Amino acid sequence: MPEVRPIVLPGELIEEKKGRKLGNNVYEENEKVFSKVLGIPKVTENEISVIPLAGVYFPRVGDKVIGIIREIEVAGWFVDINSPYIAFLPLAEAVEEYIDLSRADISKYYDVGDTIFCKISKVTKSMIVQVSMRGPSFKKLLGGTIIKITPSKVPRVIGKNGSMINLIKSKTDCKILVGQNGLIWIEGKEKAKAIEAILTIEKKSHIYGLTEEIEKMLMK
Amino acid sequence: MKEIELIKNGKRIDGREAEQMREIEMQVDVVSRANGSAQVKFGNTIVVASVYGPKELYPKYLREPETGILRCRYAMAPFSTEDRKTPGPDRRSIELSKVIRIAIEPAIFLEDFPKAVVDIFVEVLQADGSTRVTGINAASLALASAGIPLKDLICACSVGKIDNTLVVDLNGKEDNFSEADMSFAMLPSKDEITLLQMDGLLTKEEVMKLIEIAKRSCKEIYELQKRVLREKYKGE
Repeated sequence: MPEVRPIVLPGELIEEKKGRKLGNNVYEENEKVFSKVLGIPKVTENEISVIPLAGVYFPRVGDKVIGIIREIEVAGWFVDINSPYIAFLPLAEAVEEYIDLSRADISKYYDVGDTIFCKISKVTKSMIVQVSMRGPSFKKLLGGTIIKITPSKVPRVIGKNGSMINLIKSKTDCKILVGQNGLIWIEGKEKAKAIEAILTIEKKSHIYGLTEEIEKMLMK
Repeated sequence: MKEIELIKNGKRIDGREAEQMREIEMQVDVVSRANGSAQVKFGNTIVVASVYGPKELYPKYLREPETGILRCRYAMAPFSTEDRKTPGPDRRSIELSKVIRIAIEPAIFLEDFPKAVVDIFVEVLQADGSTRVTGINAASLALASAGIPLKDLICACSVGKIDNTLVVDLNGKEDNFSEADMSFAMLPSKDEITLLQMDGLLTKEEVMKLIEIAKRSCKEIYELQKRVLREKYKGE
């Protein structure tokens, strides 16, 4: 049986604080650090945090996500980013050229239902979220398939320095884009195999030696 | 006046000791489309709780800019009781929905998801006493498996007084003919009480004694809840 990582439950003591910083999903009470969620504790010299095993996506600045255009506004778009908060894509963050808003119909750039790969550029305290298309890798996604996984498992799908995702890409010869929000876009001939591998990772994300297991699976 | 004898030779009608709980069974992730769900059985009482969210809150006017909100619905299935229960919310289930919400609210870090909502649906499939506390236990497991930020798991049990004896975990019959019954919920590792509801007549000493008993039982339930959640992530 593969070895299982230790997990903590909500309200369980992780460690004494000892002057360290509090990371994500932990809270402090009388110099002791407790977990907020069910997850894997991460204790380093200067930070204590927990990586959750479940939960919805919360936008963070810099995250690359896959979004679906939900609504067209006068000067931008509302984008569904698979999160409790809807994101806004301002026109200036999406289109380089000058547009005369009094006569232009911006649906020719992005229309309702279009899928885009974008990055979170702004998140306020009251969770007003903005996304941007500025950058070489951000674009409208045409063709392909989109699958949804638990957002907290995305780091496992990517692997250390992208080891896992590169393995799947090279073995199946697919184009894959992973959004931090749990949406994954896949295009290529052996799409089905790649999807199967990703769904397996999602199911078994908490065990050691997963990369080897996926490699074995893809060799078949 | 009493129609049935609730305690015979020191044993209760289902053969339990006074401070013995019914057989408890817990299962996590029973509703696949929910973010988190759980089924809890206390003897013949079966409750399924499912959690959805945090998600966008509609209608918009309910949104709170600084904090998230929690909504809770308690409902009994028409086939859950001896006489058919008319489906839909009635006075009792509206009240219990609120009671469960208030018992759970202190455990959730609502400020972590401003403007959003977490929905809890507590469905009683089979009712045989202590449904609200069973519902709270199920909701606690469902919240944890949905990844909602929690201060602690929430454990609940019912205690009461029947035939002049203080007992724990009342079943349907005991509940109907009890002298007093008390629903109790707490955050076990913080030792905070989040629900204390009493119906009937008790002296001050009896109330204090019952709280002690309830706390002890809740700690037992806490161990069970932890074990169930750990087992879910044990790996294949």
